[in-house]
Amino acid sequence: MVKVRGVSKQYGGKKVIDNVSLDIAKGKITSFIGPNGAGKSTLMSMISRLITKDSGEILIEDQEIGKWKNSELAKKISILKQSNHINIKLTVKDLVSFGRFPYSQGRLTKEDHKHIDEAIAYMDLASMQHKYLDELSGGQKQRAFIAMVIAQNTEYVLLDEPLNNLDMKHSVQIMKVLRRLTDELGKTVVLVIHDINFASCYSDYIVALKNGVVMKEGTVEEIMESGVLREVYDMDIPIEEIGGNRIAVYFN
Amino acid sequence: MSNRAKIGILVGIAALLVIVFMTIDAGGQWDYILPRRGKKLFAILLTGTAIAFSTVVFQTITNNRILTPSIIGLDSLYMLIQTVIVFLIGGTSLTMMSKNLRFVMAVGLMVLFAILLYRMLFRREGRNIYHLLLIGLIFGTFFSSLSSFLQKLIDPNEFLVIQDKMFASFNNVNSDILLLATVGVLLSTLYFAKYAKYLDVLALGRDHAVNLGVSYEFVVKRMLIVVAVLISISTALVGPITFLGLLVANVAYQFLNTYRHKTLILGASLISFIALTGGQLIVERVFTFSTSLSVIINFIGGVYFIYLLLKENKSW
Repeated sequence: MVKVRGVSKQYGGKKVIDNVSLDIAKGKITSFIGPNGAGKSTLMSMISRLITKDSGEILIEDQEIGKWKNSELAKKISILKQSNHINIKLTVKDLVSFGRFPYSQGRLTKEDHKHIDEAIAYMDLASMQHKYLDELSGGQKQRAFIAMVIAQNTEYVLLDEPLNNLDMKHSVQIMKVLRRLTDELGKTVVLVIHDINFASCYSDYIVALKNGVVMKEGTVEEIMESGVLREVYDMDIPIEEIGGNRIAVYFN
Repeated sequence: MSNRAKIGILVGIAALLVIVFMTIDAGGQWDYILPRRGKKLFAILLTGTAIAFSTVVFQTITNNRILTPSIIGLDSLYMLIQTVIVFLIGGTSLTMMSKNLRFVMAVGLMVLFAILLYRMLFRREGRNIYHLLLIGLIFGTFFSSLSSFLQKLIDPNEFLVIQDKMFASFNNVNSDILLLATVGVLLSTLYFAKYAKYLDVLALGRDHAVNLGVSYEFVVKRMLIVVAVLISISTALVGPITFLGLLVANVAYQFLNTYRHKTLILGASLISFIALTGGQLIVERVFTFSTSLSVIINFIGGVYFIYLLLKENKSW
């Protein structure tokens, strides 16, 4: 389990995360939602040790994040940021193979190859595994990066805006894969997501952040309420129930 | 063609050049010529490898293929050190001074500077690596302005001594220094070896490297120190020649078409050795020492650099 206790972070005197505490449930999808500048990505980066926190505690399996060995933590928790520009010429398979680095330190074993092939199959990339990344479309590239994270085979998978710049079809495809990761493989997935309807349809829990604090957290039913969303986004958002999902109609 | 075959070709060319270099115009005086030329070749091998190796590592860390380690100002510092020595104690004393002492002093000061620079960078979190490059660039400009100021104050005859140092040359490499330099290069390579496996991952950028369990700051700092040591040694050995690194690293990337640093570093070192040996042959046999090796290297490198920039404009 990941426990966040009283965590703060400031940049140049401005608090972007202010005394945040929350628990992330195992084997579920948790989505961070909130307006721009709410601190969603910052919080996620701290949970994955990409940036350090100023104060507070982040416990992963009851051990403070700073006390973990980096190489061990990489087998426990993985993160994918939203922009993934890579300077070198890699094939899809090369990229996915990097996901095994925490286990093999670059010398791939039979076991590693098994995981790599599985991850490629899971993301439906087998037909293009020998293509170079710069020959792929945005959606295919994103799938390749997610395949790398799957090959890393960590219990916790953190994704910062995985749907960024993707069309509807690819967005749905990726959310379905994440759902399968939790339901079939028992992974814990944490997302930063902008489209609250994707959060509503695919998450188990939602954490609503605003101005660096947690406004409210709970199940989809608890958060997808006009009253809660008004507080978070400062606008009136009617909620309609369509096909058993709560859909926010925020267009007018 | 596989990368193995390509490396094979490079080894072949290098071997051919070695044979030509050792035997051309020998005139039968083998026991005089062979050790002399052998020493020169060994200096070329040492410098070429050190520069190719450190440039590839530096470009991987900075995720940028048009930078060379000279950007942090080590070349200019070297020139400043030489100028200050001449300014303070005069050119004759410089040539009288023990070569070992001068070498150790130059290397020591350059490494010290690099470490101070890194300390400044890594003292606070969140400093971008480009911050280091920027500060290095400013220091570099400062050092070269200071040197040219001092150069204007000294006696023109003494200026000639400095001018001699401005261009890389393999023509009068001292064997004592060569021994010291070899030890230095070997030690830093050994120190580097245990971090070598991280290079491929570092090429993905900081976030991916941290995600894959690399202690980024720790590893990068150590690699940068190794880069500084290697550059300092090769500069103090033959003079400022880091531009060569840009040339050979990029030729290696294009020729080998792989991301694996083991192959890249090996390839870049071989290309570097070929370029230097070939260049030295041209200097000795075609221009009969009327020009210096670094002029040729900088000319070819400059043309290639412009080509790179134009190409970068389109796509990578």
